[in-house]
Amino acid sequence: MHKSHVREPRVHLVKRDGLPWWKAWLIRIVAVVLALIVCGIITLLVTGKNPISVYATMVDGCFGTARRTWNLFQNLAILLCISLAVTPAFRMRFWNTGAEGQVLMGCLATAACMILLGGRLSQGALFAVMIVTSIVTSAIWAVIPAIFRAKWNTNETLFTLMMNYIAIQIVSYFTYVWSVPKGSGQIGLINSATQAGWMPSIGGHDYLINIIIVAVLTVVIYIYLRNTKHGYEISVVGESQSTARYIGISVPKVIIRTLLLSGAICGIAGLLIVSGTDHTLTRSMVGGRGFTAIMVSWMAKFNPMSMVLTSFIIVFLQKGASEISTIYGLNSSFSDILTGIIIFFIIGCEFFINYRIRINAKGEKE
Amino acid sequence: MKRIIAILLAALMVASLCACGSKGTDGKDASSFKIGIITLHDENSTYDKNFLDAVQRAKKNLNLTDEQVIIKTNVDESSACYEAAVDMADRGCSVVFADSFGHESYMAQAAEKYPDVQFCHATGTTAHTANLKNLHNAFASIYEGRFMAGVAAGMKLNEMIDAGTITAEQAVIGYVGAYTYAEVISGYTSFFLGARSICPSATMKVQFTGSWYDETAEKEAATTLMNQGCVLISQHADSMGAPTACEAAGVPNISYNGSTVDACPNTFIVSTYIDWTPYFEYIIKCAMEGNAIDTDWVGTIDTGSVCMTDVNEKAAAPGTVEKLKEIKDGLMKGSINVFDTAAFTVGGEKLTSYLADVDTDPDYTPDTEVIIDGIFKESEKRSAPYFDLRIDGIECLNEEY
Repeated sequence: MHKSHVREPRVHLVKRDGLPWWKAWLIRIVAVVLALIVCGIITLLVTGKNPISVYATMVDGCFGTARRTWNLFQNLAILLCISLAVTPAFRMRFWNTGAEGQVLMGCLATAACMILLGGRLSQGALFAVMIVTSIVTSAIWAVIPAIFRAKWNTNETLFTLMMNYIAIQIVSYFTYVWSVPKGSGQIGLINSATQAGWMPSIGGHDYLINIIIVAVLTVVIYIYLRNTKHGYEISVVGESQSTARYIGISVPKVIIRTLLLSGAICGIAGLLIVSGTDHTLTRSMVGGRGFTAIMVSWMAKFNPMSMVLTSFIIVFLQKGASEISTIYGLNSSFSDILTGIIIFFIIGCEFFINYRIRINAKGEKE
Repeated sequence: MKRIIAILLAALMVASLCACGSKGTDGKDASSFKIGIITLHDENSTYDKNFLDAVQRAKKNLNLTDEQVIIKTNVDESSACYEAAVDMADRGCSVVFADSFGHESYMAQAAEKYPDVQFCHATGTTAHTANLKNLHNAFASIYEGRFMAGVAAGMKLNEMIDAGTITAEQAVIGYVGAYTYAEVISGYTSFFLGARSICPSATMKVQFTGSWYDETAEKEAATTLMNQGCVLISQHADSMGAPTACEAAGVPNISYNGSTVDACPNTFIVSTYIDWTPYFEYIIKCAMEGNAIDTDWVGTIDTGSVCMTDVNEKAAAPGTVEKLKEIKDGLMKGSINVFDTAAFTVGGEKLTSYLADVDTDPDYTPDTEVIIDGIFKESEKRSAPYFDLRIDGIECLNEEY
């Protein structure tokens, strides 16, 4: 026989009803500080280096010279641009994991214009063609899985993911076709003598134009998602497709339209990478940023303005980590460990923002 | 907006907590000398490890401190390379070195930006036409090393023929190549010529992977070749894919970049590799003493750049060590020439003249006569290989992949 009293667990999780913004941010700051302390302890234990000087090295690697600062903001701009691309679809709960390939197709289109038309068109006409082709190519690449999803309800996560590999193989093929010297699989700088199709530098700063374009784009997307009918429709489809249908929103139309937009922004990212930064084409040139962008967007809760901050955190960690491995001669795996710990704390703290932990007193247990 | 201000403030606070170290002053004496090293991957790639190990040896031999050797690993073949190179210059490096073929055009960009800093690049092809005094290419006459490796292969084939395991016609070598350009073609051809100088009935099949580092593709390529009847495998790609496939199948393997005997104790015969230590010591000394660095520097057996690992007696044919020594002497004395036109034919014809694409351009224009006195003069018109002839006896299985 047992007595029928309910055993309550000692720890309760209670959903919070929305925290004041400053409390939420206090939790986040505490998380970052804790992460830095844990990283410091691990650094000390594993390498015997002074953690404060390790952090100083990270800051130095990002802001130590004007060039490094420009470079940081350039990297931030590209990552932010790709994050802006995935965000509208994510708000609609369309899990586009294909930004990597979509950007790569934009890179391919841009490079193709530079190689095939460089020297044949005026710089202005060449830019017009580059902009249109890169945007259209990426938009097509993004809309294919969207059409399948809208018409036949296929799984967009797998579909977009697979499209990445197809894009990588297509680009591999063209890096081989256009390689210099023949058969090397390397294109090198495109039009390095004429600089045809290279983004102009503003005031001697090569990356300023990239940064300005992405800054404008961030504001535009912010307004688009927040203050336009399209943005509202995206939110409704994301909340509930049934509701959307009920109030007369055509779900397939919104899905296809949004993915065209996502793809178009990926095309711009591809344009900025090839024409504004690298001036070449390689299959690894997006470098996983199509996936990192998912994290940037998610950590910012799909808010373009917050994404400025989250992409800054990611780029800062990457740059800082590479500086650590240069200065201390540590393997790059070590900086990956630090990055992993910090991201873990940042993502983990969202739990404490959404839930409160209530510990039951012993007396309540009956 | 408030959130962003708050977090920026927090970030600023964290940043201000960290005291920044002071920078060293610029000077021209030996103790302030700095060299910057840029590598594509880190020591997990056999190719980059070979460079990184050489840097450490040169550093030790020349008594340089940790602060004098700045190493950046995992630098992509993109503007990241340019940024890394100019950042090295900002840090006060007087020489910057990059190890990967695709780094070259970005090194040239950096060289243009910093005319007083020397930019050296391994395996590149454009320094002699770039019109930049401070851009330098370097390579080694590794075709001689490949030839010696081929001799070891030929001896193994002869051993198999003599033992009756294969007939003379079955002496087919398999070769896993990365790309279809001169660096790889020159490599497999010299290897094949070495093998055929010992085993006249030898033929070769080449399978390309289209990547410098793709373990799965290299393993598959080796397996494909073995299934097509290849009884000995060699490779020019940077992963352990081909050697481990050989070990699993019990097929003898001639390796590259360094010994793979630990992973393949039963099948590894020998490996040729470039020791970059002499080059690093050379450019460091030049920069320290203010001497000009060669636009095209070619390391040889003589400079200690072209090396062979120890022969694995367990897998190699008896007498390999002695034979290799004899061939090495012949190569050094000049009595053996790897690309002697008497040793090969193209389309059934012996060559007397060939224009190679030495001055790299997007249209692959042939521009320089490279056959002189019956010998294809490899790595003389520039450091990087330009032998790209398809000679008889070698079959490329997937050149048009």
